[in-house]
Amino acid sequence: MGKFRKDDGKEVPAINTSALPDIVFMLLFFFMVSTTMKEVTLKVKMTIPGATEVKKLEKKSLVSYIYIGEPQRQFAKMFGTEPRIQLNDAFANVSDIADYIEAERAKRDEAEVPLMTTSLKVDENTKMGIVTDVKQELRRVSALKINYSTKKVVKE
Amino acid sequence: MPRKLPEYNASSLADIAFMLLIFFLVTTTMDTDLGISTQLPPPVPPQQNDDDQKIKERNVFVVLINKNDQLLVEGKLMQIGDLKEAAKEFIENPNRSEELPEFKVKEVEFFGEVEVSKQVISLQNDRGTSYGLYIQVQNELVKAYNELRDELSLRKFGKPYEELDSDRQAAVRVIYPKSISEAEPKNYGGGS
Repeated sequence: MGKFRKDDGKEVPAINTSALPDIVFMLLFFFMVSTTMKEVTLKVKMTIPGATEVKKLEKKSLVSYIYIGEPQRQFAKMFGTEPRIQLNDAFANVSDIADYIEAERAKRDEAEVPLMTTSLKVDENTKMGIVTDVKQELRRVSALKINYSTKKVVKE
Repeated sequence: MPRKLPEYNASSLADIAFMLLIFFLVTTTMDTDLGISTQLPPPVPPQQNDDDQKIKERNVFVVLINKNDQLLVEGKLMQIGDLKEAAKEFIENPNRSEELPEFKVKEVEFFGEVEVSKQVISLQNDRGTSYGLYIQVQNELVKAYNELRDELSLRKFGKPYEELDSDRQAAVRVIYPKSISEAEPKNYGGGS
């Protein structure tokens, strides 16, 4: 049986690695395209509550974010430990929301404005008072589509 | 005869590409934003009072949350775990009870004439309520609607609501419309 010949001292041929960069580039482009860089640095502590009946936010480009939570430790001296609102990269007051929404609308096409959603990322230990204020302000400027950001929790 | 160009050494190309790849792998956050979507009611003109549209008391399912995160549902103290069943029973009104909401007959596509409940869920919270509990309550109420829609669509079409086409989904939505109304903010129980 000549099928299983003993290795008669022949050298193992080197594996051709010239296709390796192509494969790696393919992966690289995939990640480059699918990556979304974080736009803001969080200045508030954030533990997002969990829920089961969650839906995906559809068009990401049409979403504006409002963060509410306690200021992180390095900001606690200046801003205290009461929950604060963060818009873009700065702390803000309820009265700044109207300007923020207006600025967000100006960035988009006019036809897309009614489809814009405001995502509320709120720490679960926040009291509803500040959230209610924000909601009232959003109503005042007619930004009525909102989304309470939650984690997906699987239970039962 | 043209001279052969010397081939350059491409073996480090892979290393460079790997470096970039690892950078993107590490910095990528593929977080899809998930959440509970709702629609806020349009702003009320200041001169208009809210008593122009009175809803009968039997049609309203009142959920109150106080500043100690306790639930008062239709005048009774309730645990969060029981809320979904209570809401489902209210919306469905299986025994056509006098206490639970009324029905009106409506023409619905695919279903013909159906009795559609006039239910409204009214959710009121204190300023001192924690956001976590508020989301839990919202979640339970949305779940009640979703389960009823699922049950109906399984009965009628044999598959869950999510798998129906948009026309059928709309028909199911007409029968079980999601009507969670949030009252104008008030202070209950002296929260700040």
